Amino acid sequence: MNIALENISKRFGEVQANEGISLAVPAGTIHGILGENGAGKSTLMKILSGFIRADSGRTFLDGAPAQIRGPADAIRLGIGMLHQDPLDFPPMTAVDNFLAGRTGAWRLSRPDARRELEERQADFDFRVDPGARVENLTVGERQQLEMVRLLSLGARALILDEPTTGISALQKDRLFAALRKLAADGKSIILISHKLRDVEMLCDEVTVLRRARVAGRAQAPYDLNELVRLMFGRVVTREPRLEVPTGGPLLTLDGLAVEDHRLRLAGLNLEIRAGEVIGLAGLEGSGQELFLRACGGLLRPAAGRLRLAGRDLAGEPYPVFRDAGIAYVPAARLEEGLVAGLTPAEHFAIVEPGGGLVIDWKLTMEQAERRIAEYDIRGAATGPVDSLSGGNQQRALLSLLPPGLCLVLLEHPTRGLDVESASAIWRKLLDRCADGAALVFTSSDLEEILQYSDRVLVFFGGQVAGPVPASAMTVERLGEMMGGQP
Amino acid sequence: MNGESLVLVGLAGILSSATPLLFAAIGETLAERAGVINLSLNGTILLSAMGSFGVAVKTGSLALGFLAGAVIGAFMALIVAFGSITLRQSQVAVGFVLAMVGRDLSYFLGAPLMGRPGPTVPSWPVPALGDIPVLGPLLFRHDLPTYAGFLLVAGAWFWLYRTRPGLILQGVGERPAAAHARGANVNRLRYLYTIFGGALVGLAGPIYSLSIKAGWMGTISGLDGLGWIALAITIFGGWNPWRAALGAWFFALLQWLGLVLQPHLPGVPMQVLQVAPFPLMILALLLVNAGNAEWVQRALAALSEPRRRAAARLLRSLRAAPPASLGEHFESR
Ligand SMILES: Nc1ncnc2c1ncn2[C@@H]1O[C@H](COP(=O)(O)OP(=O)(O)OP(=O)(O)O)[C@@H](O)[C@H]1O
Ligand SMILES: [Mg+2]
Repeated sequence: MNIALENISKRFGEVQANEGISLAVPAGTIHGILGENGAGKSTLMKILSGFIRADSGRTFLDGAPAQIRGPADAIRLGIGMLHQDPLDFPPMTAVDNFLAGRTGAWRLSRPDARRELEERQADFDFRVDPGARVENLTVGERQQLEMVRLLSLGARALILDEPTTGISALQKDRLFAALRKLAADGKSIILISHKLRDVEMLCDEVTVLRRARVAGRAQAPYDLNELVRLMFGRVVTREPRLEVPTGGPLLTLDGLAVEDHRLRLAGLNLEIRAGEVIGLAGLEGSGQELFLRACGGLLRPAAGRLRLAGRDLAGEPYPVFRDAGIAYVPAARLEEGLVAGLTPAEHFAIVEPGGGLVIDWKLTMEQAERRIAEYDIRGAATGPVDSLSGGNQQRALLSLLPPGLCLVLLEHPTRGLDVESASAIWRKLLDRCADGAALVFTSSDLEEILQYSDRVLVFFGGQVAGPVPASAMTVERLGEMMGGQP
Repeated sequence: MNGESLVLVGLAGILSSATPLLFAAIGETLAERAGVINLSLNGTILLSAMGSFGVAVKTGSLALGFLAGAVIGAFMALIVAFGSITLRQSQVAVGFVLAMVGRDLSYFLGAPLMGRPGPTVPSWPVPALGDIPVLGPLLFRHDLPTYAGFLLVAGAWFWLYRTRPGLILQGVGERPAAAHARGANVNRLRYLYTIFGGALVGLAGPIYSLSIKAGWMGTISGLDGLGWIALAITIFGGWNPWRAALGAWFFALLQWLGLVLQPHLPGVPMQVLQVAPFPLMILALLLVNAGNAEWVQRALAALSEPRRRAAARLLRSLRAAPPASLGEHFESR
């Protein structure tokens, strides 16, 4: 399908999210959309998929003007979108997710749907268990399910909003192969990403957005420096690794065992030193989350000891961990990290230490302004956090961490952040290390793990290998270990 | 009558006396599945019991009485839906006020109806089926509302889990944005299910005042509190129609036990036995949903490994999460 957007504008209250954006995607091509956090990428694509409505502007499909009044119209016209945070129904099974929203006989036939799901998955070498609950699937699998679902609805244009954050290297290879195959079939694909390498590998053409407008366009082969300049208005480079000398032992795990109903980690022994950064590598759902939750006091260990500066915290309730200076930053930012509906300023008021019963709004607003400036959160301090762009929600979450922590546990700390904000966040985190805090983090970006960690733990199906010094590792070796090769 | 048939009659009585609760809990389950809490139940049921009895007395028509009950319920639900979906006010606040207003209004407007005789739904044993041993007297010698209650539970379950619209209903309550992305009109569906659910709640009134305990007795109708129990049962039922039905029957059993035990416990005041089912019901609710609690986890940790796993599995299967968007507004931009 040939897609053309003409002069699209959209404003949310005070924020102009899109301004006079035009875009053309010929059938059979893969089009990349680049731009820093908050540039307006998701907004533009939500407009194309009918999820929100533009204030002005027109859409043409195969040359004819199209009226897209809502998602139902877009689906009928053959446009499907994979949202930045998977928009599915977590407690329901994969088949039910596949079926929900389809038209057809009013009575469900799950065996038929299951067969169709399996058949369509086989086309792309996807392997989602139709009977599994979606909340137990990895982000990559949820994405595969959504993609197959959209194609089954007859999508001829597929929009993917940052599909490569939070998925494994293998899943990414499968995804890219699938997208190439779809483009070869004449479908048009639009890919939003922060990762220049992904765009370089996949896209025939890119459009760069900055501050709600089109900053430029480019065609393959790309000059990556030029793309970066278009995205940020200047050249950004990755900084060399900051060396922080490590201190004495901070957290000691002694035969720790943790489990939930899916997975069991046992016999963990580890000594984390002050100032150290530990990276946790592994395919999603291999046990990293259990590990972090146990260290953060959110999951009671089944056995073993967890000593912080000599004091055994295993079995203590969460507030004890928190008061001891341990913080946990979850991956599901809107579900566990932030309170949807509250503004950033209100969040700051909640976490501000001390303080009386009554909120001093003047002081809070001042502090909010300070933190917003410090973490460069773009968007209004007085609007609800869930209306921030994905990357800015992540910044807001990190800006809530109190000062003086001794152990910070992070899941995908730079998920959805552009290169510039990612290094800004890391600068802030490493400052804490210089003050004697230790960091433990997960990431699906292996380069990030090797760049920032001192030592790496590799998780595979509940088995933990390592710790290995990051300096002795390569991305390839790490990939092998994550796949279970010793 | 021998002992066996005495038990049967008792059980059959429990099944039919649970019918108003069944209607109210299923109606509320449907509305909450769509994401709307209709907290007005107690007021709605009292008002519709009084109103439908009044209509039936005036017109002499049972059908019109039942219709009036459904209309009153739908109207109360419409207020909740309008307040929360269109005016974006708190569902809890609107519902709570309606629960109070409905109750007072029913006592005030119902004063002239106090103790008046009125029509009653006749019992209607199903031909042939009613003669089956055991099952016949248990299931097939009731009146029409009771049969309708059985069908309602099965139908609601089927709708929710076996049909396409049911799947979208689950989705709307779970994650309205995702339902919207799939082309559903979230707020229209919320209106529809809230109103339909409200009509079912409204039917609980006439089922009581025209069948179970015919007539209007004002504050001593024994109806006050039923709406709150129905709300509790919706939670106890984990938003699943069959589990909700079990809850309704369990409550009816507790009430029946109160009546049966009364002559054998002369020392206990009658009021205690009448009221006891309410706290007992809440207690059952607590036990069912205790799986999350810190102290339960602690107690489990002390058990031997296989037992602990079995107990954890049992608790997990009992635990039910509410529809994730319950009580929240949805707005598409
Ligand atoms: N529903 C909303 N209400 C209010 N403001 C919004 C809403 N959605 C987006 N915005 C604002 O519009 C701007 C663009 O947001 P958008 O989500 O399109 O950015 P993005 O380019 O996708 O960024 P990211 O890379 O961080 O995901 C942001 O400033 C954001 O705060
Ligand atoms: Mg975005």
